[in-house]
Amino acid sequence: MTTLRSALGESRHPCHDDTQGSTPPVLEIDAVTKTYPSQPPVQALRGVSFAVNQGELIAIVGPSGSGKTTLLHVMGTLDLPSTGTVRLTGLDVAALADRDLAALRATQIGFVFQQFFLAEHQTVLDNVADGLLYTGVRQARRREQAREALRLVGLADRPTARPTQLSGGQRQRVAIARALVGQPAIVLADEPTGNLDSATGQSILALFHELHERGVTIVLITHDQHVAERMPRQIEMLDGHIVADTIRDRPLGGPVLIPGARP
Amino acid sequence: MTAPQIALPQRLRPSDLARIASVGLRTRKLRASLSALGIAIGVAAIVAVLGLSSSSSAGLLAEIGKLGTNLLTVTPGQSLTGQAVQLPTAAPGMISRIGPVTRVEDTGSVTGVNVYRSPLIPAIDTNALGVQAASLGLLPVVRTSIAQGHYLNAATAREPVAVLGAAAAQLLGINRVFSGERIWLGGQWFYVAGILSPSVLAPGIDNSVLVGFPAADRYLGFDGHPSTVYVRAQTDQVDAVHNVLAATANPENPGGVDVSQPSAALVAQADAQSALNNLFLGLGAVALLVGAVGVANIMIISVLERRSEIGLRRALGATKGHIRIQFLAEAILLSLIGGAVGVGLGVLSTAVYASTKGWTVVVPTVAWAGGLGSALLIGAVAGLLPALRAARMSPTEALWTV
Repeated sequence: MTTLRSALGESRHPCHDDTQGSTPPVLEIDAVTKTYPSQPPVQALRGVSFAVNQGELIAIVGPSGSGKTTLLHVMGTLDLPSTGTVRLTGLDVAALADRDLAALRATQIGFVFQQFFLAEHQTVLDNVADGLLYTGVRQARRREQAREALRLVGLADRPTARPTQLSGGQRQRVAIARALVGQPAIVLADEPTGNLDSATGQSILALFHELHERGVTIVLITHDQHVAERMPRQIEMLDGHIVADTIRDRPLGGPVLIPGARP
Repeated sequence: MTAPQIALPQRLRPSDLARIASVGLRTRKLRASLSALGIAIGVAAIVAVLGLSSSSSAGLLAEIGKLGTNLLTVTPGQSLTGQAVQLPTAAPGMISRIGPVTRVEDTGSVTGVNVYRSPLIPAIDTNALGVQAASLGLLPVVRTSIAQGHYLNAATAREPVAVLGAAAAQLLGINRVFSGERIWLGGQWFYVAGILSPSVLAPGIDNSVLVGFPAADRYLGFDGHPSTVYVRAQTDQVDAVHNVLAATANPENPGGVDVSQPSAALVAQADAQSALNNLFLGLGAVALLVGAVGVANIMIISVLERRSEIGLRRALGATKGHIRIQFLAEAILLSLIGGAVGVGLGVLSTAVYASTKGWTVVVPTVAWAGGLGSALLIGAVAGLLPALRAARMSPTEALWTV
């Protein structure tokens, strides 16, 4: 399983780099394949390897059918690879039972979806607090942390609103707060701007940059090259392979979107 | 961000479980209440049937207790050849000499005599009222009382004075006793001394006009043979007295005497209801079964509709067990609500019906506890399959095939 990597960008990203010192990668994907047992079998991933270091903001970009959603499933432990290893916070996912994987998701992974998936009968605060529902934390503490997470996404003033009273962009902010509330090791976002108009999408991307500044590790999946180009690191996929893994010192448009971002 | 360490799956807190189990019910109120209704109807039917039968039994038993089970009545029977046999005039006296007998009172039908409000009433309008000679201590023995005026006493029993049974007074159109009030009895005026309350144990008295034995003898040509002897015996000796009563009342012809125990008829009435109860209990059980199918059906639909919620919960870290318990708890909650409403309806209908009948409201523990228990069981059984399906759902399919 060879990993295709081209040096299209400013620099090549070392997969298992030593420059980070003793901190191990948050997520390591090594020679991962995924074959769906249909007729004929569909090979969605054909040997993918990369590592996500702490604090990175990565876009995985590719056309539909390139395997990026399957890769998100595998990264999020919602699905297991056919071959290869996935290590999350140093733990080999294949060695864990289903219920332990669930506990790992509860504590270490935050998901953001294109369709937001908010509960309309609950307040914004409780929607965010539900991000901690399966961690064994008490409700009072969950709400306390949810308030903090809402502050991070700029919705501290709307805790009692219902999702139906919010705009699309605000709803996605709530969903992002829900992903952040447990201070996960990694946030996985699936087409987070897919259901939003471009201006709102820009503001959500700006939020991701802001969170990145705060040290949150984020991987987002998109089919939109323009979105991907604004990210510090961009992994391009095609037909189940990584065709490019680019790191930019100066993400295109980054400074415009985030005043005070890194030069 | 954190050192590699394995996180342990956490149990849901009971309060959290209650909250997420009620999500489906809170967001789809009409659907939830309709499917709970099936359970409610079944439980209500069962509770009402059990409650009503207990209440009516309690009512009858209270009545029996009030009237006493130690009353025996002796009436003339038939001879072997089918002819009516009169009781000897000495029968009450002989019966009173049986040891355990505490009171003996008697009435005698005065035949061929009719009662009218006044002589102006056509002779055929008899109202089917009977005239009976009655002994002076009759009322306490048959546990009835005087509603208005006075009963017969030693003096009035010798004079043309009558006391009206409750139904007789109504038929004669007399509802109050004025001094000087009279009725036309056997071709002469009789003064009305009083009106009786209805009698349960001796219904024959209700539509009769009672006069004293001496007066019946003197004014109405009564032959003196008693037609009913009311006997009170010591409660523990009732059976023994019952056995010797016929021979004592008419030693010459014991076969021509009927002895009965009025309270036995009421007990039999209480027992007779159970046959009908089984039918209604069966109907209630069928309603519960249909309700269970309704709950199972609604839960399966709910699981299919809420795929994305299930997927989201799995992504948020719910184990299969968390999903399973959520949907199982929802089904149980749904049918428990139905069960509680059913118990309420059952108790309410029992209370309403029992109060119209004047019974004490009795809802046996087995009825309401059984109603709630069966609702719980039904919820668990009906929710099991949908809960297993929900837990088996793959998170990626649940999330990405909306």
